[in-house]
Order: sequence, then structure tokens, then C-alpha cells
Amino acid sequence: MATTTLQKKKPISPMHSTIGLKLMMAVSGLFFVLYVLLHMYGNLKILSGRAAFDEYAHHLRILGEPMLPYGGALWIFRILLLLALVAHVYSAFTLWKGAGEARSHKYAVRSAAAATVSSRWMRWGGVALLAFVVFHLFQFTWLQINVGGEFSSPAARVVAAFGVWWLTLIYVVALIALAMHLRHGVWSACQTLGYTSTARARRTANAAGIVLAVVVAGGFLIPPLGILFGAIK
Amino acid sequence: MRIKVRIWRQDGPAAQGKLVDYDLDDISEDMSFLEMLDVLNEDLNERGVEPVAFDSDCREGICGMCGLVINGRPHGNTGGRDGEANTTTCQLHMRSFADGETITIEPWRADAFPVIRDLVVDRTAFDRIIAAGGFISANTGSAPEAHAVPVEKKRADRAFDVATCIGCGACVAACPNASGMLFVGAKITHLAELPQGQPERWTRVQAMVAEHDADGFGGCTNIGECSAACPKDIPLDVISTLNKDLRRSMLH
Repeated sequence: MATTTLQKKKPISPMHSTIGLKLMMAVSGLFFVLYVLLHMYGNLKILSGRAAFDEYAHHLRILGEPMLPYGGALWIFRILLLLALVAHVYSAFTLWKGAGEARSHKYAVRSAAAATVSSRWMRWGGVALLAFVVFHLFQFTWLQINVGGEFSSPAARVVAAFGVWWLTLIYVVALIALAMHLRHGVWSACQTLGYTSTARARRTANAAGIVLAVVVAGGFLIPPLGILFGAIK
Repeated sequence: MRIKVRIWRQDGPAAQGKLVDYDLDDISEDMSFLEMLDVLNEDLNERGVEPVAFDSDCREGICGMCGLVINGRPHGNTGGRDGEANTTTCQLHMRSFADGETITIEPWRADAFPVIRDLVVDRTAFDRIIAAGGFISANTGSAPEAHAVPVEKKRADRAFDVATCIGCGACVAACPNASGMLFVGAKITHLAELPQGQPERWTRVQAMVAEHDADGFGGCTNIGECSAACPKDIPLDVISTLNKDLRRSMLH
């Protein structure tokens, strides 16, 4: 049969190729991994008492003084996070759209053999995490959602909020979503960056994903669950 | 064996297709999957019904021509999860199915592989990817002595293993994103591991990835369905090598 000739489109540059977009996603994602580990460390300060937690929160704002203005270091980090978020979300939605267009006619029977539960929930789980981040900022950064009362002390705010069961439940669900996102995301980032060119490296990257997922979700869950069940006052 | 097959019937590239049921009463479990379709087609011919169009050539599992999505799995492969080794559709036998089973047969589904008729798809997109860079340039006339360029054993083994890719397209069919990255990765790794592939290494990866994307394949999300469906068991690490080569190519 005769073969078809495609109309030549403008060549896609490497950075705008699907792999280039994935690189953008991997690098921004690894920055988020670094961030959640730091955030988790800060949260665990509550185990040393309310004073230690408040001191940590205050110190984040005076970090780098007098070289930086009050809150300067925090704002530099926030801008970097925002840039990473834009890159992560932009690449995700561009690739999502492309993947949808690559198979406009779906299979009548679909059967997965290798997909993990985490990998199947990457996209909608990511959207859920984005919604959670907005909620979380409204609660603890912009102080617009006040659960358990209003306090000037960050520690008092946290303890009052997580004494409410449904708020803790929201955070438990969000952290399960984060754990799943990390489980596939860490492995996927290693693969995208080209660090998994042997079977052994692939196993290591998968194990790293699982370990990070468990450590991060576990570490973040200690304060809210501790507060809800009265271990942290 | 008595089986029921639900087969995708489509008269032409632009025609509306649908799944049609056929009953087969006298199927031997020693038949290959394609022989079962041959029996069906003989029956359809006798009844004056248009036979089912499907691709096949060598029927020895090495040409990459056949390819059907069987019960949602390309070539019926699960990467050994069903206790059976991966194979091509022509090497799949009816003993893999239960008596009385209903088997759904669909073509590769990807916009880059348009359906020509029934179960036959146009895989020219793979040829375009190869033409974009899946080759080495060599002077014709006098072939150099094959042993003149030493190749490290480990590299030669890996190049040979990934060169077993027959370009059947099962990876695309299995991928939730209809991505062709396992195919491109196999070709890139094959040439990147060999000394002969070095001069064009960085232009090759850029050209092949650009062609892959322009052909309308999706992006890879590292799920691994491709490798599980691959009749030649091409491992996922070729995609890692491909990603790394594209990243490094941007610095060259």
C-alpha cells in the first residue's frame, strides 16, 4: 500500500519536546522533595514544645539578618517554590493534554499489567494536592481559615486546629496523596534524569520512592495525630 | 475448544468501526492465535462475509508485523505476570485461553498509528522516526574489517539485547499515553552503546525525539506498561538512556 507523507511541521527543540517537559517536571519535583523534607523538620519542632516551634517560626523570618531584610530568606524561598510550581504544573498539563490527544479512540477492554496504584493517580492526585496546598495556605499562611480559634502563636494555632477531627482527616488524606505522588514521582524523576540505566539502578530508584513516601507522610502525620490523640499539648 | 471472539471491524480509515461477535466451535488448542483467525476467515469467506483483515508475515515471532490487542493486552503479553513469557501474537497459542472464553481483539490504538482496516494499523510513523536518525553514516564501497573496532563486551551485549526490538508497536499500544519512548529508547541505546554510533549520537537523539513528538505520540510517564507488553522484553532502562542522551545532547 502507499505510505502517507506527513506535512513537515516546525521541528520541536529538545527543551520543548516531551522529554524536555519531563526534565522540567523532574527538576522542579526534586526541589519540592527538598522543600517537604525541610517543612517536615520544622513541623517536628512541635515535639520539643510550643516555645521551640514558635522560635523556629520566628527564626525563619529573621534568617539572614542583617544581610537580608526581615522575611527576606523566606521570600527568596517562596519565589523559588512558586517558579517550581509553575514549571511543574505547566509541564504536567501540557503532557496530560498531549497524552489525551495521542489516543483519541480508547480501548473497549483495558487491562494494566505493570502500573502501580500510585502511577495511575499521578495526574488527579496532583490536582488534589494543588487544591490542598491552596487550602493549607489559606489556613496557615494567610490565616483566612481559622479552625479551633485564632491565636498569635503558631504553635497554639496548630494545636487548636488539629484537635478538630475533620481537619486532621483532611491532612491525613492529603498526606496519603502526597505519599503516592512521591512514590511514583521520585522513581520517575530518576528515570527522566537518566540515572536508571541498569536494572539495579531501577530497583534502587523505586525503593527510594517508597522510602521517601513513607518517611515524608509519616513525619508529617506525627504532629496532627499526636495532637488529635492528646500526646502533644 | 469453543470460543467467542469480539473483533473490531472497520471498513476503512475514515469508516466508523464496531466490535462484532463471532462464535468458533472447533478450535484446536495447538493452533496459534493467527491460525484461529485464519479458520474464522475461511468460515466468513464461505458465508460470503468480508474476512477480518490483520497483519502477519513470518509467523516466527521475529518480523514485527503481527500485533493485536487481546483482552486489553498487546500480543496478550503481561510481562510474565500471567505465568507465561512474552511473545508475539503469531507465537501465542490457543491453549493460553480457556474453553468457552470470550476474547476481545482490537487494533493498536494510537493516533500516530491510524487504523487502515479492521485490525491493520499504519505504523509508518516508526519508519519516519528511524529515517530521522536511526542509522549510522558509512562510506560505501569497501566494508571495513568487522574486528577493526573493538567493542567492550558489556556494551556489545546491551546493544545486542536492545537491538532485538522488532518495531511491532506493542509498546505504543500498551502505553496509557500512547508514547513510543520504549521503541525510540531501544534504537537510541542500540547505537549509543557502539563506537559506530558515536559521531551522530547527539544529533540523532534530538532528531528522533523531535520526529516522535511530531508524529503525535504521547509523552512517557515511566509506568512500565510498554516493557510488560514487549515481545522482546526490552527493559525500561533504555528510556533512561534515551532521556540522559537527550539531556546531554543539549550541552553539545
